Amino acid sequence: MEPRPRSFYVLAAFFCLFLLFLYGPTLTIGILSFQGPNGGLTFPMNGVSTHWFFNLFEQQAVGDIWGSFARSLVLGLMVMVTTVVVSVMGGLAFRKRFAGSNVVFYLIITALVIPSILISLGVGLIFSQLGLTVHWATSGFGAQLTWTLPFGLLIMFAVFNRFDKSYEEAARDQGATAWQTLRHVVIPIIAPSLIGVALFGFTLSYDEFARTLLTAGSYNTLPLEIYGMTTNVTSPVLYALGTLTTVFSLFIIAVFLLTARIATRRRSRAGSDAGKGMI
Amino acid sequence: MQRFLSRPTVSGWLLASPLTLVLTLFLVLPIVMIVIVSFWQATEFSIVPAFDFENYEFLFGSPVTYKVFLNTFKYAVITWACTLLIGFTVAYFLAFHVRSQTWQIALFLLCTIPFWTSNIIRMISWIPFLGRNGIANSALISAGVIDTPLDWLLYSDFAVILAFVHLYTLFMVVPIFNTMMRIDKSLIEAARDAGATGAQIMWNVIIPLSKPGIMIGTIFVVTLVMGDFITVRFMSGSQSANVGRLISNDIALLQYPSAAATAVVLLATVLIVIGLLLRFVDIRKEL
Repeated sequence: MEPRPRSFYVLAAFFCLFLLFLYGPTLTIGILSFQGPNGGLTFPMNGVSTHWFFNLFEQQAVGDIWGSFARSLVLGLMVMVTTVVVSVMGGLAFRKRFAGSNVVFYLIITALVIPSILISLGVGLIFSQLGLTVHWATSGFGAQLTWTLPFGLLIMFAVFNRFDKSYEEAARDQGATAWQTLRHVVIPIIAPSLIGVALFGFTLSYDEFARTLLTAGSYNTLPLEIYGMTTNVTSPVLYALGTLTTVFSLFIIAVFLLTARIATRRRSRAGSDAGKGMI
Repeated sequence: MQRFLSRPTVSGWLLASPLTLVLTLFLVLPIVMIVIVSFWQATEFSIVPAFDFENYEFLFGSPVTYKVFLNTFKYAVITWACTLLIGFTVAYFLAFHVRSQTWQIALFLLCTIPFWTSNIIRMISWIPFLGRNGIANSALISAGVIDTPLDWLLYSDFAVILAFVHLYTLFMVVPIFNTMMRIDKSLIEAARDAGATGAQIMWNVIIPLSKPGIMIGTIFVVTLVMGDFITVRFMSGSQSANVGRLISNDIALLQYPSAAATAVVLLATVLIVIGLLLRFVDIRKEL
């Protein structure tokens, strides 16, 4: 292998600085959330304790952290399942190049670029003028889908653009129906990417703020709750909450990535029967 | 019936119907509603249907509007320049200098993981760093660079742009890396064989071929910054304004018609910018 040029080391240093920039602040609040009971929002550390984490589990003066966490979790799962199903159907639809698909495509792009506060405002206005009450599971759910679906669909477009059609043709030649082809050939092949879509669906919903601002109703989701806390909580309990939700997010990401890895392995194993001695 | 259902247009629309339904209900109708309400009037307690241009007249008649729009563009341009510079460098390193694919994937994931965590927490996490008694100030003082803490680190335009770059550089890295990975390495070898210097290869081969990724990243960053209100509010300590904050302030005062009029102008601005950017790239071809 040829020796690395000097530019490699410069760029590698730049990349490390970039990672420090990305993760440094989060690590800082991770450390500061272990402040002693008398510690403040910045360094120095005033002793080390888990005081602020226990504080989270006590009755809160303001807000309802655990209730909002439960709501965000349920909403995230609802959005995740819907995003996966609707994105796969949408992805399959776009393979057919149906008349009018351009209109739907530009709608997806619009959903991606529209300022999120407009969705919040518009959905909120519609609900109030129709005399409906906004609720995180109805208006909030719909508003979040306008953010997760474009990502799901972009992934599906990328997947189907690289999809080898001869697998489907082979299945059809052997007499599989359209549904059987989809169920036993297409879905297993695209399964790892579906886990990616699910990851986007869940995390984007779980962290969404602007689109739920006016559409969540009287019960807050977690990001709304945290945002409310920034204006009236000035103790490291904020960092403790931030650290816990970040750890939870990292855990979810790890679960999804591991599942995707396992799915990829299983696919490559199931995709070939070489060496099994069957003719 | 079977034959009718298997026509591409019919089956295509059937498969796309849930998608179309969601986008109609929660994207198209809200936009229509905002346009309608922008012509309404607000009383102290409610909004009443009307058709007058009062909201727009007020909006375009106020010098604040122009200042705020200018400020929004300022944030967008500076953030765009910073994210492009950093994002391009990071993507270039990953695509051309990291040799094993395992490392490439691992480092790429390391860059994208923060995207899946909460933006608000990531903004909060700058407080201990930038505050008056924060890490940056203490480090500068103990290094003897400054005598008194700098006040403009947190709650300033600097903090706003820093947070934008922190949150959105990812949106540049991913598409640029994606297009760079598709560049045929033999083109670079050919350029080198023909006597091109490193700078010439960069300028005449890599940058032109990375252009689609740069454009897609640009679209993401510009629209995210232009539509933002929360980062500006939080990181400027309510001292700076952009159009999104204008809208959210009106909403807080229950002035929905006025908020709607500002929203319509913002949406039109964003769509014009995107329309201009889309002239340089065919998104459908790039997926």
